[in-house]
Amino acid sequence: MQKAPERLIDDNGLRLDGRRPEDLRPTELQVGVLENADGSAYIEQGKNKIIVGVYGPREIHPKHMVIPDRAAIRCRYRMAPFSTEERKNPAPSRREIEISKVIRESLEPAVMSEYYPRTVIDIFIEALQCDGGTRCAGIVAASLALADAGISMRELVSACSAGKVAGQIVTDLFDLEDKYGEADMPVALMPNLNKVTLIQMDGKLSREEFEKAFEMALEGCRKLRGLQTEALKRRYQQATTAEQPQQDSEEVK
Amino acid sequence: MSTTPHIPATAKIEQEWILDLASKNRRIDGRNPSDYREIKIEAGIIEKASGSARVTLGKTKVLAGIKLELGEPFPDTPNEGVLTVNAEFTPLAHSSFELGPPGENAIELARVVDRNLRESKAIDVERLCIEPGKRVFVAFIDINILDHDGNLIDASTYAALAALLKCRMPEYEDKGGEIVCKESFKPLPMNNYPVPVTFAKIGKTLLVDPCLKEEDVMSTRLTVGIEKAGCVCAMQKGGMGELDVDEIRAAVETAMVKSRELRELIMEAAK
Repeated sequence: MQKAPERLIDDNGLRLDGRRPEDLRPTELQVGVLENADGSAYIEQGKNKIIVGVYGPREIHPKHMVIPDRAAIRCRYRMAPFSTEERKNPAPSRREIEISKVIRESLEPAVMSEYYPRTVIDIFIEALQCDGGTRCAGIVAASLALADAGISMRELVSACSAGKVAGQIVTDLFDLEDKYGEADMPVALMPNLNKVTLIQMDGKLSREEFEKAFEMALEGCRKLRGLQTEALKRRYQQATTAEQPQQDSEEVK
Repeated sequence: MSTTPHIPATAKIEQEWILDLASKNRRIDGRNPSDYREIKIEAGIIEKASGSARVTLGKTKVLAGIKLELGEPFPDTPNEGVLTVNAEFTPLAHSSFELGPPGENAIELARVVDRNLRESKAIDVERLCIEPGKRVFVAFIDINILDHDGNLIDASTYAALAALLKCRMPEYEDKGGEIVCKESFKPLPMNNYPVPVTFAKIGKTLLVDPCLKEEDVMSTRLTVGIEKAGCVCAMQKGGMGELDVDEIRAAVETAMVKSRELRELIMEAAK
């Protein structure tokens, strides 16, 4: 069992992993990491490692699930049993069921599902290693995987949390800060439309603290949006450049 | 797996009417956007439960019951009693509710009620501890939806809170290492009284306390839980739509005002 850290923020105002309050964890995004899925993406954010595969639009089974004027979106968020300090029972927990729902609802406004009536778009999010903020990281990777699958979207969805740790408002909480901090608020944003598609909060924040945390979470989303664009560019510029090796260009859909 | 739900049963023409009214800040039952339906709270109506309350919110009826039992604490919180919340969408409450284990909506409901109570530290869990690491009281809060006419999150949390306020904790004695509950009771130790306020976004208007027809039309739902000192203690967005940054700010502001009135009402009813 993990021990509670003595201090979450040191005398220099730095957090346990050396970040300043407004810093995100080092984040790496990769697009097109799976062979079989129509779209896929991988995110490493600090110790978080999450892979997302998207299938569809494809035929929906069972048939009674058909929605006549749009695509249905199905989403599963799952934590691998080895992803946490103590083994996680592989059966879906109530937490995973709720997170699957809120992630789906955070992506629904972005996907132009009316273009694909009577079909389904399946989003599978596998959290391979969890260190706090996995629903946000999952959303960032899922929206890249949707784009990689060639599904029409109004905008990419970015997500980032903010919260309160040892009295300070900080961005992108990791596990220990989430556990021993005072509040955590995950937010998902479509940055170029300035629309919030997910907001949750637990803990205790005064009116002013809420305002500050909300603004910091939105700023974190905007930063991640930049990384998402770069990741997509890396994938597709590389694939369309002539001097790239043959095998790379074959992967282009 | 979470799947896009099917289109609601409200007729298109009625949906358009609700949208049209909302654009003029009006509602089908004549309420203002910031009005709750009539709230009735009957606390302590199930004698065999440790605590209970039925909340009637317009036509929505929710019954919350609490059972306090002896159990073991979680290893990471050896000095604290345990709180668990479960919600059942019983088929008698609405034609769309089916038998079977709780679905994602029931799970979300239970978790949002739990979040309000837990994060505001409503129950003084340390005083539920009998012997650290070994024996504590476990509070099972079970929520039964009896009639569904929208805004189950608020109705359920009010019911859970009223039931907690009425909840009786048995006095106990240590008989040679064995904990025996006596016939006498004391009130459950409480620290805080969280009150959530739920909004529905219909067109461009935010309405509090949506009824079922309004929920069928809403694009987005937002719940803001406020604890007694006026801090935000829980939030949850639901539904397939989106919210403007300023809408969220406005909702938090409204929730801070509304929650104060509602808290008085709940506390009065559970006296």
